[in-house]
Amino acid sequence: MAGIKYDHVWKRFGEVTVLKDLNIDIPDGEFLVLVGPSGCGKSTALRCLAGLEEITDGNIFIGDRVVNDVPPKDRDIAMVFQSYALYPHMSVYDNMAFGLKLRKVAKTEIEKRVKEAAEMLSIGHLLDRKPKALSGGQRQRVALGRAIVRNPAVFLMDEPLSNLDAKLRVQTRAEISKLHNRLATTFIYVTHDQTEAMTMGSRIAVMRDGVLQQCDTPQMLYDHPSNMFVAGFIGSPSMNFFEARLDRSNGGMVVDVGGAFQVPVPASKFDMIGNYVGKNVYFGVRPEDVHDAKYVPVGVDSSARLTTNINVVEPMGSEIFAYIERGGKEFIGRFDPRSAARTGGNVEVVLDMDKMHIFDRDNEKALV
Amino acid sequence: MSATAMSKQAPRTRRNNIWGPIFVNVTLALICLLWTIPTLGLFASSFRARDDITNSGWWTTLPHQAYVPSGTITLPRQTPLDQPITIPDFNVTVTDDQLRSGFTLPDGRRIAWESRRQRTIAVQTSQISMNTNFTLDNYLSVLTGQTREPDGSVRADAGTNFSDPFLNSLAVAIPATVIPILLAAFAAYGFAWMRFPGRKILFAIVVALLVVPLQIALVPILRDYVGLQINGTFLAVWLAHTGFGLPLATYLLYNYISELPREILESAFIDGATPFTIFTRLILPLSTPALASFAIFQFLSVWNHRWRIPFHAAAADCLLLAATLLRPWPHGRFSQRLIQLRMTSYELQVESCFSYNS
Repeated sequence: MAGIKYDHVWKRFGEVTVLKDLNIDIPDGEFLVLVGPSGCGKSTALRCLAGLEEITDGNIFIGDRVVNDVPPKDRDIAMVFQSYALYPHMSVYDNMAFGLKLRKVAKTEIEKRVKEAAEMLSIGHLLDRKPKALSGGQRQRVALGRAIVRNPAVFLMDEPLSNLDAKLRVQTRAEISKLHNRLATTFIYVTHDQTEAMTMGSRIAVMRDGVLQQCDTPQMLYDHPSNMFVAGFIGSPSMNFFEARLDRSNGGMVVDVGGAFQVPVPASKFDMIGNYVGKNVYFGVRPEDVHDAKYVPVGVDSSARLTTNINVVEPMGSEIFAYIERGGKEFIGRFDPRSAARTGGNVEVVLDMDKMHIFDRDNEKALV
Repeated sequence: MSATAMSKQAPRTRRNNIWGPIFVNVTLALICLLWTIPTLGLFASSFRARDDITNSGWWTTLPHQAYVPSGTITLPRQTPLDQPITIPDFNVTVTDDQLRSGFTLPDGRRIAWESRRQRTIAVQTSQISMNTNFTLDNYLSVLTGQTREPDGSVRADAGTNFSDPFLNSLAVAIPATVIPILLAAFAAYGFAWMRFPGRKILFAIVVALLVVPLQIALVPILRDYVGLQINGTFLAVWLAHTGFGLPLATYLLYNYISELPREILESAFIDGATPFTIFTRLILPLSTPALASFAIFQFLSVWNHRWRIPFHAAAADCLLLAATLLRPWPHGRFSQRLIQLRMTSYELQVESCFSYNS
């Protein structure tokens, strides 16, 4: 049981800087997901915490203790690796008991803990097998079990689901969440998959090129991304972006998308972007905020109407993804499944401007 | 219709799956058999009497078809040999040449001269027979240096006693295999997984040592041994073999150990293992194939090495099998059964090493 704190952490490999001034404060019992594209430094951040890499500058705290120079075995952590890293010559039981044996835990205690963890993960019948004789999902459970028996203060997981097939991944995702609720221990989870991040994390830290972009709850991250990168990374399909200009019009304000279309800005946003009138910005709108005009949900202001050409329609059953285009700008809408939109036809769409996003053209920071 | 096609298809694919392994296993079994036949022959010969070895092949110890004497016919002493000979017992007429090479009668029996001068003819019957005249005399001779003569007396031959050289060979070969493997495994682990300054250069030097020819080092090492007063001791021999074996061993094991998955070692590290525990509990068990291969290699090279004899020859009680076999033979003759015995003992351990490895 312990919180974690990254305090101005830097990590360099020779000339390459992998972590740039990382600051995250993780309270005890939180499920924090580190997410970002490959090479963004998320795995390095985890390995630094595990003690597998030394940090170049700054401090890492586990609980109240600075662990910069503490060897991994004394950090009271357990780690689940992407490849599971099971010991191939040991049985499942020995794999799980290895860490406890090294710590000179009594034999009966080891047996009790291994049995308990195996029961929890329903792998009790596999204890005598070698990892070679297990399926991917079973190996993954053994790797989890090996971490559980150690009863560590912090669980570290490095893309533990990426070697599973899609169905098993969804199932195991839920089980890891359950495990977190049950153990009530701090979990740090690294993934490149934003769906995993959104579904599992109590908070998500989005990283890019070694820099922390934003660290917040999934809903905050989704509704209020702090910059264009986070806005584009979270959500699937990702947000539509347009190069645009803010202009005054008839006492109101409009977003002018380079000759393609103009949409009015709701009065509630004037304060935040008033300074940007007449300036170039990025305009962003999520696909689910682009509605078929015939099926606009209740409460959505439908004053921002556009007629668009439909390039492709992808019916998903529960909804329809429409790749639509106006004035040379293509974007995606998520329509009600009753929509009559067909490939090659036209459709009138409504943009939910209450949920629009405006980003600074120079530093891509969110303004709304 | 498609259903019948399917049901026909299924067994065929399964049969294909069965034939593949059968073919592989039968081929392997055949190759193994071919490979072991010479060893079997040597092994069988080591139990045969000296005269049997010189007169017939070892395969006569297996059941085989052979002519066995079943009687003798004596002709009158004056029977002329330059004209056809009539044998009344069988009512046939044969020539002298036919009797020399053996003449087969219509009933399958064979007649041949037993003694042409005495005019006696041997009658032989074809039947299954085995040459089971086995003896432990060869082992007695090799282990004690004593030879039992046909009349029952015992003769001691100087220089045929192989028991001491054999034990010496073991006493040299086993430690000279174990020591370099242990050291090299440690070194390979260090080079592969531990970070320390100069690691790459040190490793390059170790690999470069591979090119040093043994012959160059013999005299300097001998001088050092004399200086250290360990010349002619087992320690000296072990050191020499260890030194010359280490570069290759380190290089081979490094290649293997550095390929082990990093995450397994990291996981053990987090689990609380020290580098030494990781070595004993993970690296050694996971490297068994590489260790076994090198063990065979090293053992054979030590067992058979003749170049290092100068170290051994310095002390008479440190004489090895390979050296003994190079010495002039007693009575100035080539002792075939000794060679066979020696080859058998040698081949057997090669076989056992290979079967262990697989």
